[in-house]
Amino acid sequence: MLVFIIRRVLLLIPILILVSFIAFFVIELPPGDWVTTYVAQLRASGVELSDAESQRLTNIYGFDQPTYVRYYKWISGIVTRGDFGWSFQWGKPAGEVIAERLPITLAISLLALLFSWLIAIPIGIYSATNQYSPIDYLATFLGFIGLATPGFLLAMILAWAANQYLGFSALGLYSTEFLDKPWSLAKAIDMLQHMVLPLLIISLASTGSTIRVLRGNLLDELKKQYVVTARAKGLSELQLLFKYPVRLALNPVFSTIGWLLPSIFAGEVLISIVLSVPSIGPLLQRATMAQDMYLTGSIVLILSTLTIVGSLISDIYLAWADPRIRYGGLSK
Amino acid sequence: MQTTHNLLVDVQDLKVQFSLHEGTVHALQGVSFQIQQGKTLGVIGESGSGKSVTAQAILGIIPSPPGKVVGGRVLLNLPTTPTSTRVVNVTELKPNGAELRSIRGKEISMIFQEPMTSFSPVHTLGDQIMEAVRIHYPDVSKQEARQRAIEMMRRVGIPRPEERIDAYPFQFSGGMRQRAMIAMALVCHPRLVIADEPTTALDVTIEAQILDLLRDLQSEFGMSIMYISHDLTVVGSVADEVMVMYLGLVMEHAATDELFTHPLHPYTEALWRSIPTIDGDLDRLTPIRGALPSPFAVHPGCPFFSRCEKRIVGVCDTARPPMVEARPQHWVRCFLYTEQGNPPQ
Repeated sequence: MLVFIIRRVLLLIPILILVSFIAFFVIELPPGDWVTTYVAQLRASGVELSDAESQRLTNIYGFDQPTYVRYYKWISGIVTRGDFGWSFQWGKPAGEVIAERLPITLAISLLALLFSWLIAIPIGIYSATNQYSPIDYLATFLGFIGLATPGFLLAMILAWAANQYLGFSALGLYSTEFLDKPWSLAKAIDMLQHMVLPLLIISLASTGSTIRVLRGNLLDELKKQYVVTARAKGLSELQLLFKYPVRLALNPVFSTIGWLLPSIFAGEVLISIVLSVPSIGPLLQRATMAQDMYLTGSIVLILSTLTIVGSLISDIYLAWADPRIRYGGLSK
Repeated sequence: MQTTHNLLVDVQDLKVQFSLHEGTVHALQGVSFQIQQGKTLGVIGESGSGKSVTAQAILGIIPSPPGKVVGGRVLLNLPTTPTSTRVVNVTELKPNGAELRSIRGKEISMIFQEPMTSFSPVHTLGDQIMEAVRIHYPDVSKQEARQRAIEMMRRVGIPRPEERIDAYPFQFSGGMRQRAMIAMALVCHPRLVIADEPTTALDVTIEAQILDLLRDLQSEFGMSIMYISHDLTVVGSVADEVMVMYLGLVMEHAATDELFTHPLHPYTEALWRSIPTIDGDLDRLTPIRGALPSPFAVHPGCPFFSRCEKRIVGVCDTARPPMVEARPQHWVRCFLYTEQGNPPQ
């Protein structure tokens, strides 16, 4: 098991290097750079700016150097000093900008994941064991609605409904009266209230898909011979269900942590913009628009790293839960 | 088939249907037989003859829906004290209820056809064998259950059971897995073991070993065996009496020697002709002509009519033949042995 984990962690290194390449060069792809965008903005707003001045800016920010040199500076800064580069747009280090928003993003994403499992797993188990019952049909219907409804649309509708019927402004992270106050219990409660809606909406899509995945897997497992064997031993139906088929059917659910996280991050962008939640999503969107390249690159790098770590956690879980994977890995 | 105080299982006119989208399958159309304490009943038949459904009915594990017992009884004589017995009708017990569960695995256990898929792949074999003990003897400690599992694994010929008990099913070969399956079935010392084609998935040398093992275990523990197979020679080597099934009906039932020396039913004869013999001529084997009728078909007469070499048109296709004792202790369901089939000259 330890060998398995060490091997997987070592495998992360080349993947991370590759990811950093891609993150950097994808950002390089659009024509122009931050200075050209900035100069164009200044000129558009009527500021006289000489070509020499624009050239000077380009030199200062190092945009005259070839791509690989800038990549090397950027990545060596991250690796050696934890320096993610300069955010032109915010006028401060990109690392600082991200650090302000990463905790809330992680909290929302992980809570959304837990929340969706909390809802989806019992429903999925019930649906599979009571296939074609009215509640199964209802769960299937709601699951597809959750899958098919765009989150931002739901966010708008629910934010409006909360305001209209509950008199509660769901936008932002705190109510306006708490914005500049120091931390207190009232402020914490206020924040939790504001988290409910984003959590609910962000977890909705993954809840729908988890119900479908679990139901399908469990239906397959329930048909297997070992279930009959266990029943023939005299095991009660409930014990049997949770000891054997549910455990096997949950493996694919937990193994999807790796790719549920990116989809939650992606889904979170639009929802956070609509609900003005100060998370990474809207930050990434604005940074991309402004060609604030080091900030964008660093965000993409951090999110990719988290996703890869998520996959690693899934893999370790699977190896722990399924001896076939554990021993298969060792014998090779 | 005589009733004695050794009677263990008494199946009376059992009828099972499966209601599927395509129609109703009459899987068992009135099956009756008995199993005596310590004896082996062999059940022979093609796929779809109802062998496995009969076994499932005895354990009360017919998949439902779509399956349903629509008639008949499955009576078990369970000794409560050395002198008195309690009679339980399985078909009346609540499916998966406590009483039925206390019978499953403890009084009657089952060895399944597929040793590959019959164990959970993510639990150790020991865990699954010990579970059988722990369900029925909650007072037994984990250590004691483990000890019993190891003993039984040793008994069925698994080498180094102290180590192998913590192995996973995929680390066992097919033959070893089937031995583990047998250990799991026997660990609570049941009165009846139902072996549903236990050697079909194994190669012949392993098959011979498993059959020897079952015989040894039977003489040691004295349990009854219901041995289901489609292989006449296998059944002949283990069974005291043999029951031939076709499309949910018992066609012929007799002691093994009697059935093998005097097969009466045209279906049994045809089965014999379709297997090779060592000292026979090197001719082509004679397959049974035609194919198994659709499972949805309803046969007013003999279900074997369409494939029978000796059929009597106008007799065999109009009414279901009765079960008659054509020779002493030899029952056959065929008009050839009745007055209808042999009209007075």
